[in-house]
Amino acid sequence: MPDEAQSNGQEEGSAPAAAQAPPAQDLRELVEREYAGTILEQSAYKDMADEATLVVRLDALPQVGSLLRDHPSARFRLLSDLTAAHFPAEERPFHVVYHLYSFDHNRRLRLKVKAHEGEQVPSVVSVWSGANWMEREVFDLFGVSFKGHPDLRRILLPEDWGSHPLRKDYPLEGRGERVYTKPRRKEYGE
Amino acid sequence: MFEVESSTRIERSSVMPGTEELIINMGPQHPSTHGVLRVILRLDGETVTDCDCDIGFLHRGTEKIGENITYTMFIPYTDRLDYIAAPSSNLAWVTAVEKLFGWEIPMRAHYIRSLVAEFSRISSHLLWLATHALDIGAMTVFLWCFREREMVLDLFETAFGARLTVNAFRLGGLFQDVPQKFLDLSQEFADLFPGRIGDYETLLTDNRIWLQRTRGIGVISADDAIDLSLTGPVLRGSGVRWDIRRAEPYAAYPYLDFVVPVGENGDVYDRYLVRIEEMRQSTRIIQQCLAQLPKGPVSCKVPRTIKPPAGEVYHSIENPKGEFGFYLVSDGSETPYRVRIRPPSFVNLGGLKKLVLGGLVADVVAIIGSIDIVLGECDR
Repeated sequence: MPDEAQSNGQEEGSAPAAAQAPPAQDLRELVEREYAGTILEQSAYKDMADEATLVVRLDALPQVGSLLRDHPSARFRLLSDLTAAHFPAEERPFHVVYHLYSFDHNRRLRLKVKAHEGEQVPSVVSVWSGANWMEREVFDLFGVSFKGHPDLRRILLPEDWGSHPLRKDYPLEGRGERVYTKPRRKEYGE
Repeated sequence: MFEVESSTRIERSSVMPGTEELIINMGPQHPSTHGVLRVILRLDGETVTDCDCDIGFLHRGTEKIGENITYTMFIPYTDRLDYIAAPSSNLAWVTAVEKLFGWEIPMRAHYIRSLVAEFSRISSHLLWLATHALDIGAMTVFLWCFREREMVLDLFETAFGARLTVNAFRLGGLFQDVPQKFLDLSQEFADLFPGRIGDYETLLTDNRIWLQRTRGIGVISADDAIDLSLTGPVLRGSGVRWDIRRAEPYAAYPYLDFVVPVGENGDVYDRYLVRIEEMRQSTRIIQQCLAQLPKGPVSCKVPRTIKPPAGEVYHSIENPKGEFGFYLVSDGSETPYRVRIRPPSFVNLGGLKKLVLGGLVADVVAIIGSIDIVLGECDR
C-alpha cells in the first residue's frame, strides 16, 4: 500500500510522456544530449519510478551531477544520500551510489559509478557541499578515495585503524584492532 | 596634554599581552553535546573562526552487522540507532524491506504505525526541547517536558512492553494488535497535550532571554541548507516546505490531514518554533488516527523464511530529526547484501561548521541543540 501511494505520487510529479518508457528515460536523454556516452546502464527495481538508476561513467560524474542539479527539467538540488557497496567478484568492485532528490519535481534518482580497486572517484563536494562528510565516511569504511575532496580524513573510525570494515573481505569480528592488552603494573619494589 | 596621552597609549600597548588564537575542545563528555560528540573550536577572542567535529565514539558497525543477520533480526538494531525515537527507526526499516518485497500491509497496521510514529516524534521533540532549553539555561521546561515524555514512554510500555527500545513493528505489520488500554490512554494524552505545549510556550516563546539567545543565531539560508543536504526541522526552519510524510507518503499519512510548518529566518528560534508546531500537528494526527482507526488484521501473510528478490531499494521516512532512510541491496538470500543507514543526525551535523562560523562560542551550545542530534544514529 505505501508502495502504491508512493508510485502514484511519483507519477504525478514526472512527465506523463514517461509513463510507458522506463523510469528516468527522460533524464537519460537529457544527459546524453549534453554529454554523449556518459550513461553506461539504466535500470529500475520492479520499474518503480523512485528506484530509477543511472550508471554514470566515472570521470563524467561531476559534470553530470551539475547538469542534473541545475537543468530546469531535473533540478536535483538535494543530495539525499551518498554511499557505496562492495562487490569483490566484479571487475570494478566498488559501486559508489548517489541518491538525489528534486524538490521541484518531487522525484528521486539514483546515480551510480563503478570504480576499480584503488581508483579515485571524482568528488562531488563542489556540486553538493553535503557530500563532504558522506564521502569521508565512504573513504573510511570502504577505502574508496575521492579526487578533489577538500579534507579527506577518516571520520568514524580512529585515524590508525588501518583497514576498511565494510569491505566484504573484512571479517565480522574485526582483525583484532580492538584487542587491548593492559600494560603490566610494576610491582612494589621493582 | 596631547603628548602625554599618546605616550601613555604607547606605554599601555607595550605592556599588553600578545593576542593569539585559542583552540578549545568541547566534549566528548560535555553535557551540552548531547552524547559523545567532540567539537574542536578555534577562537579569536570569543568568535569562532574554525570548527571541526570528532565523531565515531559510538560506532558499533551496525551496517556490517546488518549484512550478517536476517531481515527480521535487524529490527531490534534499528531501535539502537535513534534511541530517542525508536519506533521511527523501526518504521523506516520495515517499510524499506516491505518495499523490496512489495507486500500489501493491512490498513489497521498502517494506522497504528502512524500513530506510534507520531508518539515517537512527540517524545523526541520533548527530549529535544527539554535539553535545548536546559543548555540555554531554562530549568523549568526540562522538568515539564520530562513529565509529558514519561506519559509517552508509559504508552509505549502499555503497547509493546518496553519504554525506550520498543521493537514496535514487524515485517508485514505488527506482532499483535495494541490493547484497548493503549488507545484509551492515547486519547487521554492527545486531549491533554495541546494545553501542555501552551505551557511550554508561555515559558519560552516571548521570553526576552530566550529571544536574545536564539534569534539571529546560527542562521542558514534555504539554498545553503539544501546544498548541505540538511533535512527535517533544520531545513524547514529555513523555509523549505518539504516533509517526506507529505511529499512521498508512507504508512497512513496519505489519509491524514496535517500542516507542515516552516520558519522564515532559518535561525535557532525558527527551528524551535517549527518543532513546537510539529508537536501540535502530531497531536492532530494522533486524534485523527484514533478516530479513523479501521478494524481488521494487523499483519499480512508473511512467509516463514524471508527471502526477497535480488535488487536494490532506497526508502526514507520523516524521522523527528530529518530524512531517515535505508538503502538495501539484496542478492536474493536470507541476509541483506548491503545495509546502508541514511542518518539525519550525521548529515545535519556536517552542516555545523557553516552554522557556527563567525558566531560566538557561547552560541555553539545553542546551535548544536537546535540541530537536534542523537549520536547513536550519527555514529551507527
